[in-house]
Amino acid sequence: MPYNEPNPAEVRVLSKRFGIPNSQSIDVYLANEGYQAYERAAKMTPDEIVNVVKASGLRGRGGAGFPTGMKWSFLARNSPKPKYIIVNADESEPGTCKDRLLVEFDPHQLIEGIMIAGLAATSNQGYIYIRGEYRYLIDIMNKAIAEAYDRGYLGDNVRGTGWKFHLATHTGAGAYECGEESALLESFEGKRGIPRIRPPFPAVAGAYQSPTILNNVETYAAVPSIFRMGGEEWAKLGSPKNGGTRMFCLSGHVNRPGVYELPMGFPLMRMIEEVGGGIRGGKKLKAVIPGGSSCPVLKAEECNINMDFDSLAAAKSMLGSGGVVVMDETTDIVAVALRIMRFYAHESCGWCIPCREGTTWLRKILLRIYEGHGVASDVDLVGELSKNMLGRTFCPLGDAAAMPTIAFVEKFRHEFEAYIQKQVPAAQPDPLLQLASV
Amino acid sequence: MPDPVKLTIDGRQIEAAPGTLLINAAKAAGIEIPAFCYYDGYSLQAACRMCLVEVEKTPKMPTACTTPVAEGMIVRTDTEQVRRARKMTLEFLLTNHPLDCPVCDKGGECELQDMVFRYGAGGSRFIENKWHVDEKQWSPVVFYDGPRCILCFRCVRVCNEGMGVGALGIVNRGSVSEIAPNEGDHLNCDECGMCIDICPVGALTSGTYRYQSRPWEMDHVGTICTHCSNGCKTTLGVRNGEILRGNNRDRSGINGEFLCIKGRYGFDFYNHPERLQSPLMRVNGTLQPVAWSTALEAVARKFTETKNAGGKFGVIGSTRTTNEENFYLQKFAREGLGTNNIDHHRSGDVVTLLDALSGRANASLATTADLYTSKAVLIIGADLSLEQPFLAFQVRANFRHHAAKVYVVTPEPVREDKYAARSMRAAGDPIWGALDQMRDALANEAELVILFDDSIKGEGVRRLLEFGTALGKPVKYVALVDYANSRGAVDMGLTPDLLPGYHASPQRGLSLDEMINAPDLDVLWVIGANPLSRADLSASSPFLVVQDMFLTETAERADVVLPAASAYEKSGSFTNVCGEVQRLKKGLDVMGTKPDLEIIGLIAKEMGLAATVGPWIADRVFDQIRRTVRGYDVSLPVIATGGAAQTAPVNGRISSTGRPEMIRSVHNDLFASGTLGRYSKILNSVLEKTEGEVEPIEAVHR
Amino acid sequence: MTFSPELEAKIERMFSQYPPDRRRSAVIPMLMYAQDEIGSVTRELVEEVARRTGITPLAVDEVVTYYSMLHRMPLGKSHVQICTNISCMLNGGTELWEQATRRLGIGHKEVSADGKISLEEVECMGACSWAPAIQVNYDFYHQVTPQKLDEMLTQLGAAR
Ligand SMILES: Cc1cc2nc3c(=O)[nH]c(=O)nc-3n(C[C@H](O)[C@H](O)[C@H](O)COP(=O)(O)O)c2cc1C
Ligand code: SF4
Ligand code: FES
Repeated sequence: MPYNEPNPAEVRVLSKRFGIPNSQSIDVYLANEGYQAYERAAKMTPDEIVNVVKASGLRGRGGAGFPTGMKWSFLARNSPKPKYIIVNADESEPGTCKDRLLVEFDPHQLIEGIMIAGLAATSNQGYIYIRGEYRYLIDIMNKAIAEAYDRGYLGDNVRGTGWKFHLATHTGAGAYECGEESALLESFEGKRGIPRIRPPFPAVAGAYQSPTILNNVETYAAVPSIFRMGGEEWAKLGSPKNGGTRMFCLSGHVNRPGVYELPMGFPLMRMIEEVGGGIRGGKKLKAVIPGGSSCPVLKAEECNINMDFDSLAAAKSMLGSGGVVVMDETTDIVAVALRIMRFYAHESCGWCIPCREGTTWLRKILLRIYEGHGVASDVDLVGELSKNMLGRTFCPLGDAAAMPTIAFVEKFRHEFEAYIQKQVPAAQPDPLLQLASV
Repeated sequence: MPDPVKLTIDGRQIEAAPGTLLINAAKAAGIEIPAFCYYDGYSLQAACRMCLVEVEKTPKMPTACTTPVAEGMIVRTDTEQVRRARKMTLEFLLTNHPLDCPVCDKGGECELQDMVFRYGAGGSRFIENKWHVDEKQWSPVVFYDGPRCILCFRCVRVCNEGMGVGALGIVNRGSVSEIAPNEGDHLNCDECGMCIDICPVGALTSGTYRYQSRPWEMDHVGTICTHCSNGCKTTLGVRNGEILRGNNRDRSGINGEFLCIKGRYGFDFYNHPERLQSPLMRVNGTLQPVAWSTALEAVARKFTETKNAGGKFGVIGSTRTTNEENFYLQKFAREGLGTNNIDHHRSGDVVTLLDALSGRANASLATTADLYTSKAVLIIGADLSLEQPFLAFQVRANFRHHAAKVYVVTPEPVREDKYAARSMRAAGDPIWGALDQMRDALANEAELVILFDDSIKGEGVRRLLEFGTALGKPVKYVALVDYANSRGAVDMGLTPDLLPGYHASPQRGLSLDEMINAPDLDVLWVIGANPLSRADLSASSPFLVVQDMFLTETAERADVVLPAASAYEKSGSFTNVCGEVQRLKKGLDVMGTKPDLEIIGLIAKEMGLAATVGPWIADRVFDQIRRTVRGYDVSLPVIATGGAAQTAPVNGRISSTGRPEMIRSVHNDLFASGTLGRYSKILNSVLEKTEGEVEPIEAVHR
Repeated sequence: MTFSPELEAKIERMFSQYPPDRRRSAVIPMLMYAQDEIGSVTRELVEEVARRTGITPLAVDEVVTYYSMLHRMPLGKSHVQICTNISCMLNGGTELWEQATRRLGIGHKEVSADGKISLEEVECMGACSWAPAIQVNYDFYHQVTPQKLDEMLTQLGAAR
């Protein structure tokens, strides 16, 4: 059973089978337009498939919003090496819980999307990298894969077409960084989740140094509907350059939190009020993290915004992974900033200096402020250290830690200052601090 | 050569080969881009972020260590933004790095200190607690201090990629990441110390040197390691007449950054408590300390008597004395004592190789550099990584950097198997069968270097060269030998039948074994060798004179023992396994000892033969060698400035190739080198630790 | 070291999923499933995984110490993981965490004296819209209230 009631504002394309009894089974899937998209794609050339995806305006649902059709077109299809399809089901961005539902309630939709990517890539092998905490999803996925083998949708001769395509699951073991695509590939190969130097990108040297298409679960899950509807039609569901629908994970202080499938560009305030049922307890809205913990926070007055990649980028934030975290007027921003930094410091892989030391130092300063030992210069220091991580780390985790922090101190400076002034009598500076400061 | 790429760095037009990394292109133009994790020759990390630079049209600052040059690229390495990034990275780094520079071994030689001095800020805004873990000892020679570690991963790479050992890894995640040894709490490895040398800070320190000295208090003496035939340059840190460390300070030798455990730590035999520091003479059956004059006089008297009486001399020379000493010794023996009974322990058939090479097209001697550049290498017999560590390092680096093809024919599995194009197991005659099977593959290579040990000698060497020539490709050869100057000893004519430079002796003398077994020897003079550890002197009881550092099995039986200086205590030259001559530089004096050259000179003087043999001054003797020994007319400046010059004594047939069947290698491994190794505390402690089966020194040396 | 027949079969299947020269890919799955069976990642297990995948024990250690779900010390029979990340925190996750530590008298990654329960404060586990969330071993519990947590702990055998 899905975890929240559907909402009338939803446009259920990817989630259309959610709630149908036994929606995981291949029979239910087949009875509900299942594997029709594959049949359609199987008649196309790889280039034609890529063009349909391009026309759909689908942009990666893992966070960065890179146009999926373009990504597929970069694949080094002429390479003599095998091609791989990798599914990023590592879903660990705080605030995000949608891939879980897509696997739990409609695993065959995902398989079908992967197969179409496989056709586009002339690949014979796919792997689904699922975070270790989602063990039950691995079981669900394995069962669905077994069914697909049984019915000839996977195997050495898919549906008698002569195309060989195999699919398997792979478990992670607890590491946010392994959601980053190149760290994921390392982890998949049985190593520490340390990102790789790029270029080369996965399209040229991904899994086992072979050409690889790597996308988020939701991205693949969107593909069957694109092929059923046609790219252009699917694009029209969303806003310009932001095709289709999106799974939004509404959480925090709303009356009806849940995962809702809404058109791209859906207004944020409507999402909170109409879909989420408004702020709990009749409180006032304070702020929203619009796309997972790494996205800069929006103040209440900035929330009249359409939820798509471009609108949020214009507001200097991001649509990210679709995790919409709503915070009411009672929310302690310092506590939120600290909790988020604790997360990044815990998850930094430790490879590069600015991220490894920066997140740790920031965590220590924020904790100090929170515990009442902040000094006046700390607020600026937090902002400055974050800015000095930004753009200088080995992978985007450093940016993911820096960006929200910069926004917190810029937009809610007074809350940090309140902590500091309340606690530290200005007249008695600690001599130790004098010595140590520049 | 493809056309060079033109780019601009800091306003200067620069050309670089396509593919050159920005950091190297800048360096070639004299522009320093700072780096911790980048290290030439090892895999790229882009981890430290010190090398960020501005590149026009690139929104984020890229790492110069991973960005190749591109046509028209405009790079800035000295802008406000770049400077701020460097300073900030250093401030980040120092949040967890203890500022214990005053007691850190690396102080004064620390790259982090240098970087902060140049690019950093004196102050820090970090006022929280630093993360601390205690220092750990991983082996007798390797200590690790986690908090000092800046996680540049150089040690991990040098161990894995450079040495092929892979004993170091990275554990934990984030700011508590650490380097870890392969056995949980200790290392099981070659103990080469390469990780310590390459560490930019004081995180890895050496068990023998730590807390001994500040680097600037020492004299740094670049000399040659005395342990094996590879001839690595090692820089001794000497303070107050004591050697405190050996390392690779300026990486200027043929070995670049390489040193094995023997080169780095094995110098410590020089102050072993059992080191001889006074001449000894047998009085009433026991060896008693006597003055140098007494001992020299006794030796000279006996030598003169024997010579005058037409008695029989035997002279056994050394594989670890200098070319000058060897040359002088044979001259003294032949012209002063009038004997050709002179020989040394031969461990590889250099003579037959030189003979077989002469007049042959497409065949020559290989240099150590050739092992790094040749497209293919064939190793026959030796367990190269253990017996010839630097040569093995070269071959490995050649494989890593140039994808060289490596072929192996050995009796047992060897480390080279891991990356060899083809490995076969064979010893004795089956070697030829194995080579036959490899023939086609080898013939497909553009060029080849063949290394062979004592399993190929005499006619075998000729057969091998026939095999090489038949491949129809340029082939270079190395006849592997055991000791620091094994090669110099043959070149200098320490043989009964060949004079220096392989000229035939008019009259053949006795070989080493023949001397030992001769029933009528009157005098046996042994310089820096220990023949009686393997053989018994039962056929006769000659007057035995021994020059050595220790009371070896041979010295114990001597009538006179003369305490000799080690190679670290004298000047002169060594010739390594590839025929490369390098200078020794004297680092210190050990009281009571004299260099063998001086000892021989003083005996000659005492006998009134000084005029015949000439002055016993190393430079003067080397002059004579350059003028008279075939192949040794090498460029003096090269040698004088610490370089290596290859001698190639190949230009004519050699009339006699001795008795190759007498050639035998002892196949010393990483932790042994005959007498020197036996008296090295550190080699023994490492052996005890890693193998737990080696008897203490006293027991070994009964 | 031998595993249960079920795990052996699973491992066999795992190896068949990766290209034959890529056995190393099985390292993490093998560690995860073996840990479930054995209770923790023991030295013996590290060596066994190294042997079966053809890498060094050190390379396995590097992996084990990186991932937060691989534990070198045995956990409790029920491993109670409480999320305090942002969405859960906004919905009382931190309070649940404090409640659990107080009731059990143990902290992060500690095990109760009787070995029945261990606690871990975890990062976001993908239950944000149904916060606050708890995972016991691999089972999710959503919208956990203090009362529900109390009952849960009692059921898992925590002393009153
Ligand atoms: C630190 C970090 C964590 C990430 N975590 C995830 C994740 O859990 N799931 C995901 O799909 N993408 C994640 N990404 C994004 C991936 O790197 C990659 O862009 C994405 O999987 C590509 O798929 P898409 O094009 O379908 O979005 C993460 C990126 C970073 C930098
Ligand atoms: S930014 Fe650096 S330390 Fe952080 S996760 Fe990425 S590579 Fe690792
Ligand atoms: S040298 Fe470029 S990142 Fe370290």
